[in-house]
Amino acid sequence: MSIAVIDYGMGNLRSVSKALEHVAPGLRVVVTDAAAEIDAADRVVFPGQGAMPDCMRELDARGLRAPLLRAAASRPFLGICIGVQMLFESSEEGHVAGLGLFRGAVRRFPDALMHDADGARLKVPHMGWNEVSQEAHPLWSGIADESRFYFVHSYYVDPADPQVVKGRARHGIPFTAAVGRDNIFAVQFHPEKSQASGLRLLENFVGWKP
Amino acid sequence: MGLARRIIPCLDVTRGRVVKGVNFVNLRDAGDPVEIARRYDEQGADELTFLDITASSDERDIIVHIIEAVAAQVFIPLTVGGGVRKVEDVRRLLNAGADKVSINTSAVTHPELVAEAAGRYGNQCIVVAIDAKRAPTESGWEVFTHGGRRPTGLDVVDWAVRMQALGAGEILLTSMDSDGTRHGFDIALTRAVSDAVSVPVIASGGVGSVEHLAAGVIDGHADAVLAASVFHFGDITVRDAKLHMASRGIEVRW
Repeated sequence: MSIAVIDYGMGNLRSVSKALEHVAPGLRVVVTDAAAEIDAADRVVFPGQGAMPDCMRELDARGLRAPLLRAAASRPFLGICIGVQMLFESSEEGHVAGLGLFRGAVRRFPDALMHDADGARLKVPHMGWNEVSQEAHPLWSGIADESRFYFVHSYYVDPADPQVVKGRARHGIPFTAAVGRDNIFAVQFHPEKSQASGLRLLENFVGWKP
Repeated sequence: MGLARRIIPCLDVTRGRVVKGVNFVNLRDAGDPVEIARRYDEQGADELTFLDITASSDERDIIVHIIEAVAAQVFIPLTVGGGVRKVEDVRRLLNAGADKVSINTSAVTHPELVAEAAGRYGNQCIVVAIDAKRAPTESGWEVFTHGGRRPTGLDVVDWAVRMQALGAGEILLTSMDSDGTRHGFDIALTRAVSDAVSVPVIASGGVGSVEHLAAGVIDGHADAVLAASVFHFGDITVRDAKLHMASRGIEVRW
């Protein structure tokens, strides 16, 4: 079995591929920008770092939109960080259009609401380990509800359809930390940097039969 | 409930070895960065910082290989700093598996590096490290570079705000007055910077006890606390620190 990690030139993919190899030693993990390799993979991971407008531009510059959409339509597909944001229709970041696989928009944490229940100021980027409350999904198998995952982001996804929300977190405001539908699961946090809980989620993805 | 405050052990590395004596029980190799990183991961460290203190630039490639080796085994965020001078340095460290790259002296000598690196890789992976010393500047602290040896005339709070505007996603703030004393953070400094910026601030310098770590968060308003020797010598473990911080009402990750 093989997993393709889509490489469109936006940052560190080594951690993702190493974490996948760690949870599934027999697995063939290819970090690739080749459409043929993405098409041939049994599973596809779509990571992303930096700014969404840059990510969209680089994805298209490499001609990877079509193979990505083919994978998202047919095989187990995991989006990570900007990789979840790009699945939506649009982003406030640079007012760029996304891939539109999920209805809804990507929004910035509003400065005016960045304080906790005691009135203490909250920082953006939302950086660190936060609790995720889960909605039933096979990828949470073996992970306690409210487990912490590592986040680092200033924008979050705001799905139009509440049915797709599979995880929620809170940073001044409640926000969506995970979405899922059919063969697609996508998370705002970094499972590859979230120690045991993150590795378990990746292991669940490797074994997932949607 | 929400975001946990982070506890970050810091490892000083030169020529591929961790220095400043790490004193763990049953460590096969007291200078091996991978083994030490794994220990801290097991203790519950929320993140690790590697500071490359290699003096000679022709040996700087070694840190890249260390980060590759650590990132293949330790699945928590890694920050790397020391000698970062070019966007290319940032790229290589990120590709090796670093999540964040910390820029210190070069942020002063070449501020455009911060803007360029943040523009290319995102604010979230650019940390600006500030070495601060008490001085009669506007806020009361001056920025020092070159390992705390060279004064810059820059005011620390102004500098932190400027670095945020240029693209720093986080500030690593070290008090040169407190560093090495084990008397605790410079709380007034930590609070002045943390309250002035909207990005997270890591407090550093002077930790000698679990109480100091808690004070950095409660009184200093730090988002994360960093320490080196107090963890390395085994005086306290990350777990001890979390138990104490939790007892003071600070949210931590278990």
